[in-house]
Amino acid sequence: MKALDRYLLPVARSLVTIFDGLAVTFSYLFRRPITIQYPDRIEKPVADMLPERSRGILEVDLQICTGCSMCAKTCPIDCIKIEVQSEPTTKQRYLTRFDIDIGKCMFCGLCVEACPTGAIRHSHEFEGTTCDVRRLVLHFVESARPVAKPPKKGEEPASPPLGSIVRPLLGTAFDPYRPPKPVELPRPAAQAAPSETEGGNI
Amino acid sequence: MRTVFEYLKALQLEPFWQQLLAAAAVVVIAALVFVVALTIAGLLVVVERRVAGRVQSRIGPNRVGPLGLLQWLADGLKLIMKEDVIPAAADQPLFRLAPYLVMVGVFSAFASVPFGMYLIAADVNVGVLFILAITSLGTVGILMSGWASNNKWSLLGGIRSAAQIVSYEVPALLGALSPVLLAGTLQMSGTESEPGIVALQGGWPWQWFVFRNPCALGAFFVYFIAAVAEGNRTPFDLPEAESELVAGFNTEYSGMRFAGFFLAEFANVYLVSAVATTLFFGGWQVPGLSLAEQAGDPRWIILGLVIFVAKASIFCFVIVWLRWTLPRLRVDQLMGLCYRYLLPLGLLCLLGNAALVLVASEGSTVDWVLRLLTLVPAAAVLVLFFWRVSYHIRRVGDRVDLDLLARGVKGRFHPERHRHYGKLASPTGKGVTQ
Repeated sequence: MKALDRYLLPVARSLVTIFDGLAVTFSYLFRRPITIQYPDRIEKPVADMLPERSRGILEVDLQICTGCSMCAKTCPIDCIKIEVQSEPTTKQRYLTRFDIDIGKCMFCGLCVEACPTGAIRHSHEFEGTTCDVRRLVLHFVESARPVAKPPKKGEEPASPPLGSIVRPLLGTAFDPYRPPKPVELPRPAAQAAPSETEGGNI
Repeated sequence: MRTVFEYLKALQLEPFWQQLLAAAAVVVIAALVFVVALTIAGLLVVVERRVAGRVQSRIGPNRVGPLGLLQWLADGLKLIMKEDVIPAAADQPLFRLAPYLVMVGVFSAFASVPFGMYLIAADVNVGVLFILAITSLGTVGILMSGWASNNKWSLLGGIRSAAQIVSYEVPALLGALSPVLLAGTLQMSGTESEPGIVALQGGWPWQWFVFRNPCALGAFFVYFIAAVAEGNRTPFDLPEAESELVAGFNTEYSGMRFAGFFLAEFANVYLVSAVATTLFFGGWQVPGLSLAEQAGDPRWIILGLVIFVAKASIFCFVIVWLRWTLPRLRVDQLMGLCYRYLLPLGLLCLLGNAALVLVASEGSTVDWVLRLLTLVPAAAVLVLFFWRVSYHIRRVGDRVDLDLLARGVKGRFHPERHRHYGKLASPTGKGVTQ
């Protein structure tokens, strides 16, 4: 009897497990596949479907950038270049350069943590293919603009939607390389407008 | 084939033209069988990849043609255009010959596969024997390719294949003998005047040979497992175990020669399914019609063809599905399964069938009780199976995907519905609602 058990029990066990294993794999035929058919059979851009905190290409909201260059200092591979120049007559400081080399960037997010105003942030964009390696350097400053003052609690300006700043800069893969225009400081007459808020904010 | 010859004889031509036409008919029918088998094998490759995709929660190839059905043509073209490499140290003539032997072994067996009434290339009176014998030719080819490649993996694969096929031939034969016993003939298809195995069954499940008695059901399982093992399919694919032997006997093959092995393997899957359908599951029989009625109208013959292909496709699916469910056996487990379990079971079923043929003559009360005793448990197991499937779906909580065919249509895919994927059922046991 014992010998018969030793012969038949494994058979019964394997039959039951194979039966249930087949049921498990068969059940998968009636479930939705997990595949996302990138890039052409998707309902909306993948950038909109990514998890909230995924780290895409960096973008800078110059509206609230104070030009403190904390991000450039924290960056472990120095892919951020910032220049701030003072206008000699009014002493107003102007942001004249904010370049991020996304070819070097490793998406570690240290600059985002260091930024005091949340101006630099990860967008959800990731499609940055180009035919020219020089286009991987993103120039966020096109013309000199005064650095922002840190806003008061409750008065933070609404930031533009994620990715809306960097997407135009990335362009498409076949856009030709255009060297950045040299950024010049505005003449003293033109700096009247930004100086009027100067009194109360600090 | 014989029908064609009789038709030619009836034309009453001169002997020379008659013989020429007969030769032309042979060539045309052979080419037809080959093309049909090749197409089936190609389509089966696509089906295999799609099923594999779905089992792994992927989609599988769906870009070439509707639902990816033309993928096999693209793959075939690619393989034709690839370079045909022959290793310097290989035994050249044998290396070249081997894939053709494998292909001949499988594709010539298609000559005796009854796709429908009269739709059989050669309905010889020893059809079962012919199929079982000619498929063994593939072993020679596999062993030859393993030897001629002059590669240790190839050789090991070839040796394993030879050992495996020689061993599993025995239970496969024992399983296939049961319907031969029940029918009393080796002819595959048959007509009303000279009945073969299919003609002696009926259209309804209780008229099939599997459900004739419990021993026949056992014999079917023995035949099916042994035949899958003979075809080198996972879980018995030791000759080409990719984790141990790179690719086994076809390691050194490339281009069209590799495609030969590949297509032969998939054609063999269909062959196994077709033989199982013929021997056990009533073949092309249309339910509710007598043989004379079916022979009278070509439309019934076409319906019979559809029924046969549908039944065989189900078995093809089962073989594919087994592959993506079960892990590969070890060599000793493989031989243990054959000699310790399948061989005794096959012998037992054969003896049981022989005894029951004597005891229960067809149509007697004992016969009907036996059929009921086989059919009811089989149906119960099937119901239990689908209950388990629904249980597994409910447990993970994904929606049942009924628009299977709509998959791959542009704009029908909703990734955000995957948010709850993998979530376990709620404590109430009702599953996750979406």
